[in-house]
Amino acid sequence: MLTSILIILFLAIIIGLVLGFSSVKFKVEGNPIIDKIDSILPQTQCGQCNYPGCKPYATAIAKGDADINQCPPGGEKGVRALAELMGVDYKPLNEEHGATKPKSIAFIDEETCIGCTLCIQACPVDAILGATKQMHTIIEKECTGCELCLSPCPVDCIAMEPIEENAENWKWKYPVYSISTIKTKVNH
Amino acid sequence: MKLLDKIFKLNGGIQTETNKKVSTKNPIKSLPIPSELRLSLRQHIGNIAKLKVKVGDQVLKGELIAEADGNISAAIHAPTSGKIKSIEKLLIPHPSGLPDFCVTIVPDKKDQWIKKTPIDWKKIGIEETNKLLLNSGIVGLGGAAFPSHLKIGNNRKNLINTLIVNAAECEPYITCDDMLMKERSKDLIEGIKLVQSLLGAKETIIGIEDNKPESYEIISKLILKESNIHIKIVPTIYPSGYAKSLIFLINGIKISKEKLPPEYGIQMFNVATIIAIYKFIIHGETSLSRIVTITGNVKEPGNYDVLFGTPLDSLIKDAGGQKIKTNTFIMGGPMMGFKLPSIDVSVTKTMNCVISAEPEMIDNKKEPLPCIRCSKCAEACPVSLQPQELYWFSKSDQFEKAQNYNLFDCIECGCCSYVCPSNIPLVQFYRYAKSEIIAESIIKEEADIARDRTDFRILRLEREKKERAQRNAERRAENTNAEKSKLIEEKRAEIKATLERIENNRENE
Repeated sequence: MLTSILIILFLAIIIGLVLGFSSVKFKVEGNPIIDKIDSILPQTQCGQCNYPGCKPYATAIAKGDADINQCPPGGEKGVRALAELMGVDYKPLNEEHGATKPKSIAFIDEETCIGCTLCIQACPVDAILGATKQMHTIIEKECTGCELCLSPCPVDCIAMEPIEENAENWKWKYPVYSISTIKTKVNH
Repeated sequence: MKLLDKIFKLNGGIQTETNKKVSTKNPIKSLPIPSELRLSLRQHIGNIAKLKVKVGDQVLKGELIAEADGNISAAIHAPTSGKIKSIEKLLIPHPSGLPDFCVTIVPDKKDQWIKKTPIDWKKIGIEETNKLLLNSGIVGLGGAAFPSHLKIGNNRKNLINTLIVNAAECEPYITCDDMLMKERSKDLIEGIKLVQSLLGAKETIIGIEDNKPESYEIISKLILKESNIHIKIVPTIYPSGYAKSLIFLINGIKISKEKLPPEYGIQMFNVATIIAIYKFIIHGETSLSRIVTITGNVKEPGNYDVLFGTPLDSLIKDAGGQKIKTNTFIMGGPMMGFKLPSIDVSVTKTMNCVISAEPEMIDNKKEPLPCIRCSKCAEACPVSLQPQELYWFSKSDQFEKAQNYNLFDCIECGCCSYVCPSNIPLVQFYRYAKSEIIAESIIKEEADIARDRTDFRILRLEREKKERAQRNAERRAENTNAEKSKLIEEKRAEIKATLERIENNRENE
């Protein structure tokens, strides 16, 4: 009787120590599920999902506050990836949040720009260069196409321009060919 | 010599009608300088070249027009003297059929060279020489257009024992390397000696397919006295000219995935590239021209030594034009080439061959049928892949699985499509899958940058907020101090005044 109690006690202590040690040693920083969701999201930071950015939306999905179909830039592919990650059924994009558009980047008409810095403050990725009463310009490479700079502009000098296909970003297309019909005799 | 004669057996590959004889009957021709040269700025692997001239500039033959942008890039030079007419987007020989930046030169027909400066590479050392090679404009002329300075410079990391000269020219129809070996063999041997010493290699092996007996004869006569240059005949099996295949055929070394030949002490150059390097170092001539095979459905097929930028239609016209009008041209070989978007393009560094398409090449009567799982493609694959599996995955957009099946090892040689009894355009599916995967990875990279920038912006905003709060607090503290002392001063003054009044009153009493 006593030996069995001692054995159990001993085992409990050992296991407890191992668990305690590993919980300190192998502690996971941050919330891995939020990071996983965040890595699926397109990082446009446009706020169309009604959250102030991709990370807050990821946090809301992880908590169960938000649905997976609120991200138009991520498109259908994004929703499918999120559905697979979260183990829920796929659902089509919620139209309330807007439709998926081809990626475009903002372009400032430098003739009209008055240098008010309002767009600079709105840009979520600091992709606009400029200063007070100085001309502003977009750093094309960094622009995510979120359109957040459009509405603050008092002179409407920012336009979205879709990225055109060129020899560099061109992709081979899916092969399309007609399948031949084989005529067969049908005996009645 | 016994061991040297041994040839290893290649996995897969196909044997087909080579159609090479028609274009080797006549010597290499050259054309008078055309009335306009159109130079694409994207003629090589890597970054697009950086423009160094403006419209209206007068340039001399060999003058730099665009310099290499970064290390993985190549320069572009004026192929003849003349005036820059325009810099605009024009059609280029690219499968996309999309226009890209081109420099148009109107030649002055004087063909006046810029001062040529031969390089004394032994004196200035290999590193300095390599820096000069970066702006020589020399790229692999076999068709891949890989900047050559990267291959020469590689020897600083890896010790090169063997230089393999790729003279296989395995694709049907193409004969530009064969003709080059016949007519410029002396330059080639001098070039081999030079490149061998640049690399520090001990020996050179020239790999040549057995369907070029004349070239073999000429070269073997020239290297009789050279103890460290050998020539090896490889069987005519497509794609024996693919770098890794040729190395295996010659040395029996299998270059494993993700590794490059220099890691095995081997470096490979195409014959035309060797001559280009020779011309640059010994004569100080930058890369300005190449040999192009014009063949197929033309009256007089042949090879042309042409300046880069020469309009393609002038070549077709000189070859007698199309026998039967199809208005379709294929750039490269029939296996790996692509249909040119239009004849209105010009010669680039990658244009080794242009096939004027026969009518039966276009209205391909063989329509694709479903896959019957015969696995003939797997037998033909020279890189030992499972083409049928890759086909399923690419067709159904299962890119991750395709990558697990080593999609990116595929060299797009077209052997699988060639042997497929169902006529499935397999390579097109792999190209589609590859470009989708590459595009996705670029999007991912951009997203990562955007994430970092947002995170930094949030941090910055918080920091600014904190700093502002601190400044405000300090100012407030300062203000309150000043007000307090002012109040105390006022009170004190008041008390003093009152005390003085009382004193005065007392005195008055």
